[in-house]
Amino acid sequence: MNGFPILSLMLLVPLAGAVVCLLAGARQARMIALAATLIDFVLGVLLWVNYDIGGAQWQFTERVPLFAGFSWALGIDGIALMLIMLSVFLMPICIGASWRSIEKRVGEYMAAFLLMETLMIGVFAAQDLFLFYIFFEAGLIPMYLIIGVWGGQDRIYASYKFFLYTLLGSVLMLVAMLWMANAAGTTDIPTLMAYDFDSRVQTWLWLAFFASFAVKMPMWPVHTWLPDAHVQAPTAGSVILAGVLLKMGGYGFIRFSLPMFPEASAQFAWLVFGLSMVAVVYTSLVALVQHDMKKLIAYSSVAHMAIVTVGLFAFNTQGLEGSMIVMLSHGLVSGALFLSVGVIYDRLHTREIDRYGGLSINMPYYALFFLLFTMASIGLPGTSGFVGEFLSLAGIYQVSTWVTLICTTGIILGAAYMLYLYRRVAFGEQKHADAAAMPDLDWREWAMMVPIAAAVLWMGVYPESFLAPMRQDIAALDARIARARPVGDSQVRPGKSGAAVQVSATAHEGAH
Amino acid sequence: MQSIHFIVFLPLLAAVAGGLGNRMLGNTAVKVLTTGALFIACALSWPIFIGFLGGSAEEHVAPVLHWVRSGALTFDWALRVDALTAVMLVVVTTVSALVHLYSWGYMEEDPDQPRFFAYLSLFTFAMLMLVTADNLVQMFFGWEGVGLASYLLIGFWFRKPSANAAAIKAFVVNRVGDLGFMLGIFGTFLVFGTVSIPEILHAAPGMANSTIGFLGQRFDTMTVLCVLLFIGAMGKSAQLGLHTWLPDAMEGPTPVSALIHAATMVTAGVFMVCRLSPMFQTSPTALGFVTFIGAATCFFAATVGTTQWDIKRVIAYSTCSQLGYMFFAAGVGAYGAAMFHLFTHAFFKALLFLGAGSVIHAMHHEQDMRHYGNLRKRIPITFWVMTAGTLAITGVGIEGLFGFAGFYSKDAILEAAWASGAPLGGFAFWAGIVAALLTSFYSWRLIFLTFFGKERWAGSEHIRHAAHGDHHEHSDAEDGHAHDAGHGQGTAGYHPHESPWPMLLPILLLAVGAVFAGFVFHGYFVGAEEGGAFWKGSIFFDEHLMHAMHGVPEAVKLAPTIVMLTGLFIAWYAYLRNPRFPAQFAEQFGLVYKFLYNKWYFDELYNFLFVRPAFWLGRQFWKIGDIGIIDRFGPNGAAWVVARGATYARKVQSGYLYSYALVMLLGLVGAISWAIAGFGAG
Repeated sequence: MNGFPILSLMLLVPLAGAVVCLLAGARQARMIALAATLIDFVLGVLLWVNYDIGGAQWQFTERVPLFAGFSWALGIDGIALMLIMLSVFLMPICIGASWRSIEKRVGEYMAAFLLMETLMIGVFAAQDLFLFYIFFEAGLIPMYLIIGVWGGQDRIYASYKFFLYTLLGSVLMLVAMLWMANAAGTTDIPTLMAYDFDSRVQTWLWLAFFASFAVKMPMWPVHTWLPDAHVQAPTAGSVILAGVLLKMGGYGFIRFSLPMFPEASAQFAWLVFGLSMVAVVYTSLVALVQHDMKKLIAYSSVAHMAIVTVGLFAFNTQGLEGSMIVMLSHGLVSGALFLSVGVIYDRLHTREIDRYGGLSINMPYYALFFLLFTMASIGLPGTSGFVGEFLSLAGIYQVSTWVTLICTTGIILGAAYMLYLYRRVAFGEQKHADAAAMPDLDWREWAMMVPIAAAVLWMGVYPESFLAPMRQDIAALDARIARARPVGDSQVRPGKSGAAVQVSATAHEGAH
Repeated sequence: MQSIHFIVFLPLLAAVAGGLGNRMLGNTAVKVLTTGALFIACALSWPIFIGFLGGSAEEHVAPVLHWVRSGALTFDWALRVDALTAVMLVVVTTVSALVHLYSWGYMEEDPDQPRFFAYLSLFTFAMLMLVTADNLVQMFFGWEGVGLASYLLIGFWFRKPSANAAAIKAFVVNRVGDLGFMLGIFGTFLVFGTVSIPEILHAAPGMANSTIGFLGQRFDTMTVLCVLLFIGAMGKSAQLGLHTWLPDAMEGPTPVSALIHAATMVTAGVFMVCRLSPMFQTSPTALGFVTFIGAATCFFAATVGTTQWDIKRVIAYSTCSQLGYMFFAAGVGAYGAAMFHLFTHAFFKALLFLGAGSVIHAMHHEQDMRHYGNLRKRIPITFWVMTAGTLAITGVGIEGLFGFAGFYSKDAILEAAWASGAPLGGFAFWAGIVAALLTSFYSWRLIFLTFFGKERWAGSEHIRHAAHGDHHEHSDAEDGHAHDAGHGQGTAGYHPHESPWPMLLPILLLAVGAVFAGFVFHGYFVGAEEGGAFWKGSIFFDEHLMHAMHGVPEAVKLAPTIVMLTGLFIAWYAYLRNPRFPAQFAEQFGLVYKFLYNKWYFDELYNFLFVRPAFWLGRQFWKIGDIGIIDRFGPNGAAWVVARGATYARKVQSGYLYSYALVMLLGLVGAISWAIAGFGAG
């Protein structure tokens, strides 16, 4: 693959598809979109296969200077690779989910999705600060369109909220980026990741970036756009929103906030912990009392993303790797949960939980998949949800037992709201004749569910496939931020006996 | 490939094939597949156990697959086989195989049999992963896996609201324990830098007397770790405080109660403490905590068991109580005795549950013992095996001659508690003695109410339905106040039948275990010399304690037998000699009776403290927090400012997208010009 601009090609394929879709009829648009996303998926697999684990930090780099230091610079490390894989994996499934449920303005819808794919890959592949900014912010435009044009009844309010929150954050981030480019004299992200900003300046820069990433995550209390956006978005929109767009906040933290401003990150770690702890308890309890399936899953996303943020700011390998796995896993699992909602929404056209019940009787295979994804969301060992959650929390335990205790209550509350949801949808008597008459999954829905289910189990049983490409990059990041690493609250102090000293010395070594 | 691979993964394959194949394969194929897999696993397990009995087998670890490597935190899928695992292997596979077979008869008429058998096999796989774990995380995998299977099987009849509620309760309450388990694993990793069990056990003594920070305080390191892990055990093994799910779990089909909620899954906590025994030995405080919780549970559950009417609930509380015995045995350092009781209990408690299932089967799904009576002549085989189980649980036997299974294991525990000299040993001993009295009482009460006295079947709606005769229009004694012997007398023309052979055969085989398991194996488990040779260091084995056990005063040795006979006598008097007595007693001591009958009001308390506040808080956070404050002063407030009260919706729709794009564009232009200026200057 030497020298071949595969990343540019991956950006180009969906973009070209989008243009063609705009001109094509409904049926052709679907086929073109599916073909384009599948081609991108194949390219993604090629990317992964050819990625040299343990090789150079930045691979598949492309650099075309445009003007005044601003350049078309692409390149990925293992972290970006995994997030790109997530995007190209979910896209064909999204097209499949929209196959029948979208009937108006199909060409434009498919074009919006393909454009979004280009921009998502661009976010993860960009190596230039302003290129990143363009992709990062422009990626939201197709999302506005998807919610605003193909959304539900209150789509206007939802897209307005989405807009308002995002605007504030992005303006602040842009100002910070301008300052950085000016101060460091470069817009090259790898260079900036090794650049040491003055620690007082770091504080302001960190806050500016935080404003943008916290909204994208979303963190409490700037999370209220998410439930509305999900509820109004069509199924595939929710899948991409939960699956990939929410990951941009986490990616931002890991690519910008932590390596560029390590001191400020350490300084504000407790702000992140505090907001995350509130999020876990608060949004989990809110999820417990929802009547709308999509809202429930949206609130659960906020709680899960809080585990990501605590893991990232734990400043150690387990926390960072765990957070990455939570992001990948949540991308799959929440995507799959929204698909599951979509499957029955397509049949009954309501998201009201009480309108369902007893689906295990007439839709047994649907119930099985829904159960698997429910369990993955709860974090059952053997599914992807567990590995990430476990590593993240193991990471934060080394910093603070209080934070760990509060965040781990998420496993209790998560079980409560998800099982309560599952019970009302899949168990019980069939209360409504129309819900009882719904047919089980058709082949198209099988084709959407099986790959995600397989990926969820793969990541749960053998996460090494996903950890290995990221290992070196996480280690590099860990080394970069080591100087600001906080002191844990659970230091072991040896007792009086002589043997203890020796053991604790080796244990201390191992704890990093 | 070693036989352990087949033992563990055959049930998984059978579960997956049976579960996905379901109706395509058909009832018989799935039943043959799953039951066959379990009998093969069982046949492969016994040679391993016998190898350890004979002293020829050595512990070994069979690798399977890498799992996670994250910095210093690494753990793999692997199957550990040592004496402790071997004991669990035979318990799990034997009871599971028999329960699979039993279910052929018990679930005969169920429309959903493939799903049931697939769940049973899935459970067995998860339990086997738990007992073969070589690291704490795989143990947690099995731990959660059995939790999932338990959830699915409790809620097997998913149309029943009560079954669904019980299933969720079981999962969520267990998760409270899991919180402790997870924190325990994190802490262990922090302290030892590993989650490998042998490495932890090796390094544990070196950490004695060290201190660690936890929640802002400093504590003894090993105490913190052991107590956190033990909280996990309390959840899974239904110990006081986290026990509330177990009685409700009886909503599941009876074979499930026998396998999961009596013989295997609920003993996982005891197994965990024994597996980590060298670690627990480093913290006397943690051991004291284990002893206290075990002894308190064993007393508490026995008191509640004396007042319940549902035959399965009596046995469920009995299970809870017997688990308490195992824990305080571990707490006083007699891990061999704890495992011994786990072993014998698996046989006689599975027997009692399956026997109860046979009674329920004969009585057309009636579970209320008030509607039983005089069944010994109608279902004689069930009667005899239930009696054998009762002799085993109450610990009937004569020192030096012969005893039923519980005689050896329970006496060993009580003697160990007395002889241990542990701070709470005396407390545990007396709690155990009182509980033994109560055990004998409620066990014989069950036998007398079910198999003796007069027929009281007419009071049962199930029976009346079955007999197609509604001529006995008695109102049910549903209020559950006091037992009224004069109520719903007669047979209502119903003819109970003995269960079919697929059900009777497993019960008879378990009866053999209930009768002989103690007599045959007590030397290996708790014998001072043989025990050390058998366990080979797989648990902490205290030979001195085992010697001391045999040297306790004669009165201590006789005490269990005396209280056993006393319990039998009270039960005989109250339920055969003078059947009016229980009602009079309940009336006279109304408060005590109500307190026990309502299970010490734990459910009500938890409902008040946790469940209702959680929903209330959720609504407040949503309506007031999100909508009332964040949205009102956030986006809505901003909209109000922007639109000045005008209807903004239309403008927003068309306007914002473009204005957003414009802002971005302007920003970009600004950025580029600044950049050009900046670089130009630099």
